[in-house]
Amino acid sequence: MKTGAKILIEGLLRQGVTTIFGYPGGVVLPIYDELYDSPLRHILVRHEQAAAHAADGYARASGKTGVCLATSGPGACNLVTGIATAFMDSIPMVALTGQVPTALLGNDAFQESDITGITMPVTKHSYLVKRTEDIDTVLGEAFHIAGTGRQGPVLIDLPKDVVTNEAPDPVPQKEISLRGYNPTFKGHPRQIEKALSMIAEAERPVIYAGGGVIASDASPELIRFAEMTGIPVTTTLMGIGAIPCDHPLNLGMLGMHGTRYANYAITECDLLITIGARFDDRVTGRVQSFAPNARIIHIDIDPAEIGKSKMVDLPIVGDSRHVLTCMLDRLTGTTDRSLWNEKINHWKVEYPMACPDDGVLRPQLVIKTLSDLLDGEGIIVSEVGQNQMWTAQQFCFKHPRTWITSGGLGTMGYGLPAAMGAHFARPDPPVFDIAGDGSIQMNIQEFGTIVQYDIPVKVVILNNMYLGMVRQWQELFYDRRYSYTELPSVDFVGIAAAYGIDGMRVDSADQVKEALSAAIDTEGPFVLDFRVEREENVFPMVPAGAAINEMIGGEKK
Amino acid sequence: MNVHTLSVLVENRSGVLSRVAGMFSRRGFNIESLAVGTCEVPEMSRITITVHGDDTRIEQVKKQLNKLIDVIKVSDITYHEHVRRELALIKVVANPGSTRAEVMQIADTFRAQIIDVGSKTLILQVVGPPEKIDALEKLLRQYGVKELVRTGTIAVLRGSKTTAGE
Ligand SMILES: Cc1ncc(C[n+]2csc(CCOP(=O)(O)OP(=O)(O)O)c2C)c(N)n1
Ligand SMILES: [Mg+2]
Repeated sequence: MKTGAKILIEGLLRQGVTTIFGYPGGVVLPIYDELYDSPLRHILVRHEQAAAHAADGYARASGKTGVCLATSGPGACNLVTGIATAFMDSIPMVALTGQVPTALLGNDAFQESDITGITMPVTKHSYLVKRTEDIDTVLGEAFHIAGTGRQGPVLIDLPKDVVTNEAPDPVPQKEISLRGYNPTFKGHPRQIEKALSMIAEAERPVIYAGGGVIASDASPELIRFAEMTGIPVTTTLMGIGAIPCDHPLNLGMLGMHGTRYANYAITECDLLITIGARFDDRVTGRVQSFAPNARIIHIDIDPAEIGKSKMVDLPIVGDSRHVLTCMLDRLTGTTDRSLWNEKINHWKVEYPMACPDDGVLRPQLVIKTLSDLLDGEGIIVSEVGQNQMWTAQQFCFKHPRTWITSGGLGTMGYGLPAAMGAHFARPDPPVFDIAGDGSIQMNIQEFGTIVQYDIPVKVVILNNMYLGMVRQWQELFYDRRYSYTELPSVDFVGIAAAYGIDGMRVDSADQVKEALSAAIDTEGPFVLDFRVEREENVFPMVPAGAAINEMIGGEKK
Repeated sequence: MNVHTLSVLVENRSGVLSRVAGMFSRRGFNIESLAVGTCEVPEMSRITITVHGDDTRIEQVKKQLNKLIDVIKVSDITYHEHVRRELALIKVVANPGSTRAEVMQIADTFRAQIIDVGSKTLILQVVGPPEKIDALEKLLRQYGVKELVRTGTIAVLRGSKTTAGE
């Protein structure tokens, strides 16, 4: 016989979990007692939201399922934003929450909240475990569901008596089979055949690759496929890193803040090959005008994404990597697409994603310099806002899983805790959190965690003393009425120092390189406060409701 | 726009109904009617859902239902031969000596049973496709319907085929 807590921790270890992120409280005391002398490493965060984001960052950097733990009521509720963030970006996560004892369920007991109910719309699945003997099975199912098919967060709610009570040692589970859950992994051969003939016929094809390519680790297959067929590739915010930024066939990001050449290529293409992407409104702009001249192939693991936002000509339901591998196997010869690629290269020259270099401390310059210094090595995490878009535009990513950002939910405060998680997943590469002055203050308390565990995360704050992205919209679409978007100056270096973290404030462009080098050379954490040009805007930009080739900014020089 | 009848096999577990209902409201799908109960397999339930929408919308409904882990099978039986039934209990004003005889005659025409006789009211029990119940309800309105309870439509395929697939 074993207690539920012991069964739980042993089960986590058996799932291959090495690190979890959490915060204790009353009803999880039995679990914490079990953790006290367990080989399972627990990282004590300063806010449960950070535990969820750290588990998420861990998952994105490693491809493994991230795990977080919180107590009932307020603890569980604090996880919600982090769970929703993971859900929107299809990130595998298991969230464990304590719950009041089963006898008190539904009684408005102290620190009771219906967390399975609250998180129902933002989890792939959830469990309220009522019997100790079910813990092991539920754990196995949860990891199976979180990590297969279209990945996502699964929540397990554990009442106190369920973890305190004893049950017989669980028998090791065999293959998990759930009759209501059979994700399609293999693409249909006939559909794949059809796709190949559509590709052979196309004169101006474009690949539009999303987070699904990263999730299925299909980057090498994608690159080979693009090279063999001569088809240029544009990536979504989530797909960045799937193809190296300096690859001749890479078009960069498309959509609202995408490159002009990617958006033009989409508008002019005659075949759009969508891989692991979902026609999000930030990508498509006015959806009727998205790829208006193209036949569309849509490869996705989730059948519900097919035809959800855009009708397609050929759906292939399956894992991106598997489908690409099948297509590579059947490729015979290539089509000459030099005309099309010449046209694209012409756009690239005419409308480059340039970095201003005029001696002013502009945010783009900070990112560009960091990119040059790291040469694509390292893990770059971002917050949300202009800082995120400038990083997506200016940093030259060379590998998958090195760009970690909250895309679907756009969660400010995501970056710092996600960077912590990324470090525990991959301790070797340097981890940078590119932050805004607004976003960093949403989870700045995690400086405490960073110090406690000596996590060498470098925080690069692009401090414009504004909620910059919102201010940009106010400037462009609300007559410069900066309603509640101005932030007073904060001494971030001072805050860092109070936590015991080194830092530096940077006020001019000529200090940028030196400051970033200092951060790179520091062994522990480091905070850089760049006082950037305050009213810099992110361009190009597709205004809301416009077609993606109707961009403002980034015009011909 | 079409009315579709979906027969959905689900795990007989707590929370399943709120997962299904929550998905509908969250994604803005309108449920016309929903009826749930146990079925021929002990640990499963069958939910019959009627839903309005054009073909793409219904396609989304089915796919989103299928994504729920506790949903085992979604069958759109709209275009297959099937029978649909609903039960309604209608408490209608029917004063003796005044409209009672008329109401009883209408009940008779609709093969509705009178299951309670009050001093001023009758309760009619009627079974049939939802259109039949709509028609009866409309007729009875003029007498004064005090209370109306409907079970929601349930449906089953004709012949030996089943939505469980065996
Ligand atoms: C939690 C949360 N609240 C509000 C927003 C809306 N929002 C999007 S960007 C942004 C401004 C971010 O400011 P800052 O972190 O300073 O970044 P900047 O745009 O200035 O680089 C806001 C408020 C959000 N994305 N997330
Ligand atoms: Mg800012």
